[in-house]
Amino acid sequence: MTASVETNGDFKENLGFRQKLGRFFNVLLLICTLVGLVVLTALLVDVALEGGSWIRPQLFTNYHSRFPEKAGMKSGIVGSLILIGLTGLFSFPIGVGAAIYLEEYAPKNWLTNFINININNLSGVPSIVYGMLGLTVFGRMFGLFEPDSWLVKAFNIPVAAGMQGGWQFDLFGIPGLAIQLPFGRSLVAGAMTMTLLILPVVIIASREAIRAVPPSIREAAYGLGATRWQTVSTQVLPVAVPGILTGMILALSRAVGETAPLLIMGAFTYVPFLPESVWDQFTTMPIQIYNWITLPQEDYRIHLAAAGIIVLLAVLLSLNTIAVYLRNKFQVKW
Amino acid sequence: MQEVKRVSVREIVAERKSKKKLFGLFKLSRGKSVWENIIAVGLFACSVFSVLVTLGIIITLFSETINFFSRPEVNLWDFLTGTNWSPLSSSPGPENFGVRPLIRGTLMIAFISGAIALPIGLGSAIYLSEYASEKARKVLKPALEVLAGIPTVVYGYFAISFITPLLQRVLEDGLGINVSFFNALSASVVVGVMIIPMVASISEDAMRAVPRSLREGAYALGATKFEVATKVVVPAALSGIIAAFILAISRAIGETMAVTIAAGATPRMTLNPLESVQTMTSFIVQVSFGDAPSGSINGQAIYAVGATLFVITFLMNIISDIVLRRFREVYE
Repeated sequence: MTASVETNGDFKENLGFRQKLGRFFNVLLLICTLVGLVVLTALLVDVALEGGSWIRPQLFTNYHSRFPEKAGMKSGIVGSLILIGLTGLFSFPIGVGAAIYLEEYAPKNWLTNFINININNLSGVPSIVYGMLGLTVFGRMFGLFEPDSWLVKAFNIPVAAGMQGGWQFDLFGIPGLAIQLPFGRSLVAGAMTMTLLILPVVIIASREAIRAVPPSIREAAYGLGATRWQTVSTQVLPVAVPGILTGMILALSRAVGETAPLLIMGAFTYVPFLPESVWDQFTTMPIQIYNWITLPQEDYRIHLAAAGIIVLLAVLLSLNTIAVYLRNKFQVKW
Repeated sequence: MQEVKRVSVREIVAERKSKKKLFGLFKLSRGKSVWENIIAVGLFACSVFSVLVTLGIIITLFSETINFFSRPEVNLWDFLTGTNWSPLSSSPGPENFGVRPLIRGTLMIAFISGAIALPIGLGSAIYLSEYASEKARKVLKPALEVLAGIPTVVYGYFAISFITPLLQRVLEDGLGINVSFFNALSASVVVGVMIIPMVASISEDAMRAVPRSLREGAYALGATKFEVATKVVVPAALSGIIAAFILAISRAIGETMAVTIAAGATPRMTLNPLESVQTMTSFIVQVSFGDAPSGSINGQAIYAVGATLFVITFLMNIISDIVLRRFREVYE
């Protein structure tokens, strides 16, 4: 034990002073706790005051414009929504699959241990590093599809040069299943980058939801002769799904607010059209806001940016509300 | 007469064991349907995917970093020791690629934001764990965690629209100290606020894991609440608290948007937090925003800086993990 209460001759009871010190400490701690909340309030009030009157229909119906009065973030809002949809689509199966393996299947050995440590470490990697990963692996694919790469020469792949170049083809020759390699600055590349970024969060949250299902449920299923997968799919998962979805939505709301990885990956700041396919270029709300912040005019830098932030925070708030609702509505108490 | 194949029980067991050994990872065995095994392999693949992500990060960062250092314009020694970072100059040479100004800028912001967030976060954690009533805790803790959910670009906006003008009014107008519009202090303040919840929530978890009996023992010896909190609970939870500190600092080092927006893009060896500096992360953003082509020297320099950043944060995360595991006081 680390506590030490001195009992030798030096010890003076002096209870009055000690009590006073305690009360002082209590106030000090309360102030510490309130500092964060005061700053939070200041932030919200600041944003509301600067941007409140700039919340206008143009913000939702227009693209970025040279005139602050006409500028909007339509492509950013749509881009963000499609991006989190795709990110959810990609990260859900992988994240939940990994969580099921680690909770239900994994034996206790060095490999499982290694995977656990690895996931913990991934959650501490700065988001900007994921941006560089996404840029290299998805955006450029290591330059494998550039006209002078060894792969293109070896297989005679018909690549086009230039920004929107690369190899375009229909998967299995089916029209409509278009594929573009490398992914470039497309929504697919952005969503895959975001998937890698939120994967550790999804795995950790899903594991907690699965772990909350009591072992007796599994044992009962095994006792009736169910196989492992039957047990997991018919008993554990249905109960764990609300918890998994809650964690998933919270992870996606983190993805909505992320700017740096997409900026590195090459998302555009000025996209005056809505994406028509997942291979199109895109922008997102935080990137649009960042772009406005960097402009010199005060209308953009202070007011329009604040209006954009209000919309962004509103989206985050609604996502979080859905998550809390799901948790409260479907949570099973054991 | 038909030959009966005789198989001993022992052989069956041996056969099953060998089959299990072959795929020791999945607990495959006879009697299970193929479907079961396919699913097990699929789930295993999902969790191995996370290892591939780490490998991908390492390969990406370091292969481009090696390309960077194999250029004649740069060398590793000047990169690590040089005090001048000006890669955008017209004819860059080794003297233009000294990463120390970027590291200095990064560490200065991490240090100041740590000086803000660590005491405040620890104070909040002690308050929430030891002093607050259950009712107050239920309100305060989620409210504090909202801070962690606010996008970093919003913190950047808050820095330039509120904190910087405030600093200018107080320091420049009040005390006559020159404050540039982009400055490290403003960025440090918002980064500090951003990491408060992280410090508070991990430290609080550690303190709540300290068993009640320890507190009761101290109370029985006549300790006041203050003494119990500072001399019993905090030392007992120290491993968790230090781990929280390290993680928070590592988060501050990797923080990008708030720093890019508020601290500017002027790499310099300064200790004055009221000047504009550049961090490793904001250099990466600057180059990416400027659309450097992939083979160019700046396009490769971001990987070298990114690798430096990754190594620093990775080491800090490992250290925090070790602190948490090695020095944890285990109670029943």
